[in-house]
Amino acid sequence: MDFKLTREQELIRNVMRDFTENEVEPIAAEIDKTGRFPRENIEKMAKYNMLGIPFPVEYGGAGGDEISYAIAIEELSKGCATTGVIVSAHTSLACWPIYKYGTEKQKQKYLIPLAKGEKIGAFGLTEPNAGTDAAGQQTTAILDRDNYILNGTKIFITNGKEADVYIIFAMTDKLKGNKGISAFIVEKDFSGFSIGKIEDKMGIRGSATAELIFRDCIVPKENLLGEEGQGFKIAMSTLDGGRIGIAAQALGIAEGALNETIKYMKERQQFGRPIAKFQGLQWMVADMYTEIEAAKLLVYRAAYNKTNGLPYNKEAAMAKLFAANTAMSVTTKCVQLHGGYGYIKDYPVERMMRDAKITEIYEGTSQVQQMVISSNLLR
Amino acid sequence: MNIIVCVKQVPDTNEVKIDPVKGTLIREGVPSIINPDDRNALEEALRIKDKLEDVKVTVLSMGPPQADIALIEAIAMGADKAILLTDRAFAGSDTWATSTALEAGVKYIGDYDIIFCGRQAIDGDTAQVGPQLAERLGIPQITYVEALEIEGRKVIANRSLEDGYFIIECKMPVLLTAIKELNEPRYPSIKGIYEAFKEDKIEILSAKDVNADVDNIGLDGSPTNVFRSFTPSTKSGNLEMFEGTSKQKSRELIIRLKEEKII
Repeated sequence: MDFKLTREQELIRNVMRDFTENEVEPIAAEIDKTGRFPRENIEKMAKYNMLGIPFPVEYGGAGGDEISYAIAIEELSKGCATTGVIVSAHTSLACWPIYKYGTEKQKQKYLIPLAKGEKIGAFGLTEPNAGTDAAGQQTTAILDRDNYILNGTKIFITNGKEADVYIIFAMTDKLKGNKGISAFIVEKDFSGFSIGKIEDKMGIRGSATAELIFRDCIVPKENLLGEEGQGFKIAMSTLDGGRIGIAAQALGIAEGALNETIKYMKERQQFGRPIAKFQGLQWMVADMYTEIEAAKLLVYRAAYNKTNGLPYNKEAAMAKLFAANTAMSVTTKCVQLHGGYGYIKDYPVERMMRDAKITEIYEGTSQVQQMVISSNLLR
Repeated sequence: MNIIVCVKQVPDTNEVKIDPVKGTLIREGVPSIINPDDRNALEEALRIKDKLEDVKVTVLSMGPPQADIALIEAIAMGADKAILLTDRAFAGSDTWATSTALEAGVKYIGDYDIIFCGRQAIDGDTAQVGPQLAERLGIPQITYVEALEIEGRKVIANRSLEDGYFIIECKMPVLLTAIKELNEPRYPSIKGIYEAFKEDKIEILSAKDVNADVDNIGLDGSPTNVFRSFTPSTKSGNLEMFEGTSKQKSRELIIRLKEEKII
């Protein structure tokens, strides 16, 4: 057994850390405040192949592995959880299903520019009435000669307003339930496709979460991803990988908050000494660090399994369940340790606590992760 | 055009520990990075490579075997090849011995038009190795370069001084030392990192391989010795906080600075 990262992974961590400290963290408070999509950093990340880390070079990727990818999301999220999820949704939810299920032609046309970061991707599964019950899709796709005609609405779509390419799920056969769902690659300029409401969120405020509206949207037949009826399987397997990204994001948020708090505890004086000298608070730090390290092992393990072709459905669910819980509990304690200063926006832990909450909700709520884990054990 | 960039791997912290007996740095447990000024030197070389055709950038370093990671990073940023001079015989080198070793490395590489160095390393802060190397090679040097143009076979450099700059024109070959104002260094790309590990672009050489002058390298070949190392006590000044609006505080600050004859 070996818990050491490879030298590649170590170097990638250092580079991602530098990049986050110099480029990402400095604008985190501003994009949180304004809800602006950090386009300038997306362009910089594209230049350094940070938007296609786990894909082969011939498909525009960096030729990396899932652990390096998780590390990248973790490091970005230490400074800015918005940036973490933009990259995670783009990579895991938009690039990956094309890489896994796309035809060679689809990969050439869509995966290469996405993995190079020339285009941004998004994933549209959730609907007003189809959240955890993803099979309750009401968006329909009807084949009309050479095109599918899509009608319906998707909500809460990360990168929704800013993406160029969308993976969209729709019912091609309502009678078949789960097996009647199909996946499509939709370009932002397709006729009948428009962006609806931009959400005003508690956290991750720069991730351009939007409603997607399809009114007789014309999608060429060749943009069907996989086969008709394969959509539910594509969605579920895509989310398995996406959860590793979100777990890494949650891990990064927790680490970022603890780093800020350790710094603060050494500086903040009460009763004539730094608050780091108080044993009751030291115990909180010890517990937080232990939780974070446990989360880290679960995240890297899930990424390791995915890299090495081992099953990772349960592992990704455990990593996300535990890391999201850790992010919420750690950031809450970090705000507590900052006292009144933790509750105001001058200190980043206030933002981090708001950012943490979503990791317990999206790409499968914590309760969904528990369903996934237990269904692996009780079948 | 052939460009050589000399880089040093340095500890990434201000809290370096010093061996009380030898007076040298304890490197164990301290993360290492490419020396910041050397990163600017490398960036400038890579910009020339981006702009002109047929530019080859070779990175040269002397250091322990694990310093290869700094060279891998340099390759990932875009350097063509790298040479690591590593040998017990080099251990404990001062600037004299280091420039002796680098001279041997440069001669091993052969043809060059420009040698870039960083102004100084954050661990030693001497700013001597670049100038010494130029002297040993018998080539002109321009230190503290903050802007650079290439025109055919000559360089035009802005040499930064405290109160201005010189514009210096010089024929190649030339040695230049870079300061951080010269440019904003790029990051290594993720793809570049994977490729740098896969491709065998780093040559590891001993003192013998490069015919280094054994009498002038390592601790024994170093004319300077660290007599004693210590952390200077920090001067604690008087701290005063101003109250009121920004305007009031600014006014108060100006009054105080004038009182102290600072402005």
